[in-house]
Parts: sequence; structure tokens; C-alpha cells
Amino acid sequence: MITSLLSILVAAILTDNFILSKFLGICPFLGISKKLDTAVGMSVAVTFVMVLATAVTWPIKTYILSPFGLDYLQTIVFILVIAVLVQLVEITLKKYIKPLYQALGVYLPLITTNCAVLGVTLLNVTQKTMAESFLNSLVNSLGAGLGFMMAMVMFSGVRERVNAADVPRAVKGLPITLIAASIVALSLLGFAGLTQGLFGA
Amino acid sequence: MIKTLTNGILKENPTLRLVLGTCPTLAVTTVASNGLGMGIAATLVLIGSNAAISLLRNIIPEKVRIPAYITIIAGFATIIQMLVKAFAPALDESLGIFLPLITVNCIIFGRAEMYASKNGVLASVLDAIGMGIGFTAALVAMGSIRELIGVGTLFGMTVTKGAIEPMLIMILPPGGFFVFGVLVALANKLSGKEAEISGCGACGAAPFCHVAKEAAKTGVEAGKGGGNG
Repeated sequence: MITSLLSILVAAILTDNFILSKFLGICPFLGISKKLDTAVGMSVAVTFVMVLATAVTWPIKTYILSPFGLDYLQTIVFILVIAVLVQLVEITLKKYIKPLYQALGVYLPLITTNCAVLGVTLLNVTQKTMAESFLNSLVNSLGAGLGFMMAMVMFSGVRERVNAADVPRAVKGLPITLIAASIVALSLLGFAGLTQGLFGA
Repeated sequence: MIKTLTNGILKENPTLRLVLGTCPTLAVTTVASNGLGMGIAATLVLIGSNAAISLLRNIIPEKVRIPAYITIIAGFATIIQMLVKAFAPALDESLGIFLPLITVNCIIFGRAEMYASKNGVLASVLDAIGMGIGFTAALVAMGSIRELIGVGTLFGMTVTKGAIEPMLIMILPPGGFFVFGVLVALANKLSGKEAEISGCGACGAAPFCHVAKEAAKTGVEAGKGGGNG
């Protein structure tokens, strides 16, 4: 039980990293990884919303949509649930947990249309191991969020160096950032097969 | 009218100039045919949503326009997903969750917010077609390069396979970032100016996003790179 959860967590963080191997959430990765503190703030908000959204959408899909044959409404229902959820989180934080709102508030509206959040909820109801168990799905969402954070934090460090480098005019800005991201993604390929090695297939 | 159509293809190419919709651009372009399929699917959703939003632009109240747009777009994305599942199951298999994720593709949302909500139906549809062609062309270009170098084929037909050893890395994630970076650099070079990576400014979510507002207020760039979604 614990081993299988751990293997899901490690896979979600390292081998199937959401940003660097699944290409979900590329826009915040390129857009707000410039400074370390914004990278951390955004990642914490994303992780929080990912787990919360899975906690709501997984039961909706399993106990309401599937039994009544409404699977085709999945995308519409999920995106609306996420949009409402983000609003609710924002209002609640604003009213009751001021410091957290000040830290995360600015990132929340960005998250509604973030494909990483809709992506993780969709993956959790399509992949077999996740669709079978609610707990697996939650762990997968947590891992996805942590993997997102790892990539953002790692890349914000790389980016400070890249910005200081003297590069040809044509690749200045976005192109050199993408090429740097390519090298960072390359380093994660080294983890391929890690989960099988650690926890068995 | 022609200008509306061609605007999205070159001058404001959504992928290479506005840098929107980066996730599907990187994810599905391992082979050229996937890029083509994704491009056509997104174009159809874009035409549908632009037309619907343009028709409803005087009816949807300003305050709830974002949820209304999201619902309309999600509806069209679902229709396209069902059509692809029924008529091209192989494509559905290879695009996976990126098909439903068209819903949060910021090209579509951005055009709804920036164009369809302010213009008539015909102009909005033309804009959608132009943007769709631009998006599809960029995806096919990227898919072709990655497939040719990574597998040695083009649209599944053998080209350099056997003669040149394929470089598998190109169809792996790092290759995606690399080819996209090189293509954007090429577009910068050819157009003589940097891609409009005004960060959040180009993003469709900018009007209701605090980060972009703060950035506009303080005059500081919220961050270079794509929009969101």
C-alpha cells in the first residue's frame, strides 16, 4: 500500500514530471519562473488547487457522471468546478487567512485556465491506477504539484544565469529560455526507470 | 477582410509571434500528423467558439463573461473530442488528454476576449480561420522537424531512415523545447524583432488577472514568456 503510494508520488515528481515531461503548465513555467519567490508562490497555489480539485472532481466523475452515463460532460463539469473552486478559495482566504491570501492571492486567477490543473484532474479519471482509487488520485495530484514546484524552482535558478549571459540577438529572451529548458528536461531523463528500480514494477 | 484572415497566419502567428498555447505545441508534435490533427481540432473549436461568442457578445453580461466563455469553449471542445473519438480513434489515442485540454488553450480564450467579443460574426470567423491556420502551420512545422530528425520519417513515410541514424532525443521532451526555441529564434530573426513576449499582456486571461494588472500599473514586466493555459 505505502510502496504503491510512494511509487506514484516519486513517478509524478521525477519520472513523469508535469512540466518537463508531460508539457502541462508550460505557460506559468515560462512566464513566472523569473524570480524564485514568485516561482514558489505560484507552485504552492497550484499544488493546493490541484489536490483540492482532484478531491472534488474524482468523486463527481466516479459517483455521479459515470453511473448516469454522463461521461461526455466531463470536460465542461471539470473546468466549471475548477473555476468555482478557485473563486471559493480566493474568497475564503481573503476573509479568513489574510497572510496566505497575500502570499498566494495574486496567482489564483491564473490557475483557472492553467492546463496543469485541468490536466491532472483528467488524468486522474483516465489512468487506470488513479481511476481505481481515490487515495492514489490524491497522491498523484500532490506529486504533480510538487513536481511542478521542483521544476519551477530549479528553472528559476537556471534562468538567472541565462539572463546574465551574452547570447546572440535572435535567441535573446524566449528562445534561449526554451533551449535552457530543453537542457533541464534532458537532466530529468536520467530518472527514467527510477520507480521500477526502487519499488519494483 | 483578407487582412483579418492573414493576420493570424504570419504577422500575429499565435504560436511563434504571440507565444500562446505552448502546452499542446510542445506536447503533441512528436510526429507531423499529430500536429496536423491537433491544429485542425483546435481550429474547429476556435471557429465555433468565436462565432458563438460573437453572436452572444451583446447578451452576455460583462461581469460573468469569463465563466460564460469558458463554458462555450468547453462545449465546443467536447463536441470535437466526441467527433475525433468516433471518426479518428487513432488520433484520439495519440493526442490523449490534450484533446479535452483545448478548453484551456489560451489562443481560443484570447481570441474570444480580444476579438470575438468586439467584432461581428463574419470577421470573428475569419479571424478564427486565420489564427487556426497559423497555429496548425506552426504545429506541422514543429512536428515535421521532430519526426524527420527523431524517427527519420515524414507523415509516416520513410525519408532519411536507414541513411541517417535517427536522433531519438528529438521526439523526447527535451527535443520539443529545443525545436520550439530554435523556431522562435528563426521567427525573431526573419521578422527583425523579438516575439511579442510581453508576458501576461499577450495572454487572454490578462484583463482579469492581478499579475498583469500589477505589471501594467508599475510598468514592470510580470515576466517574459507565454500567457497562461
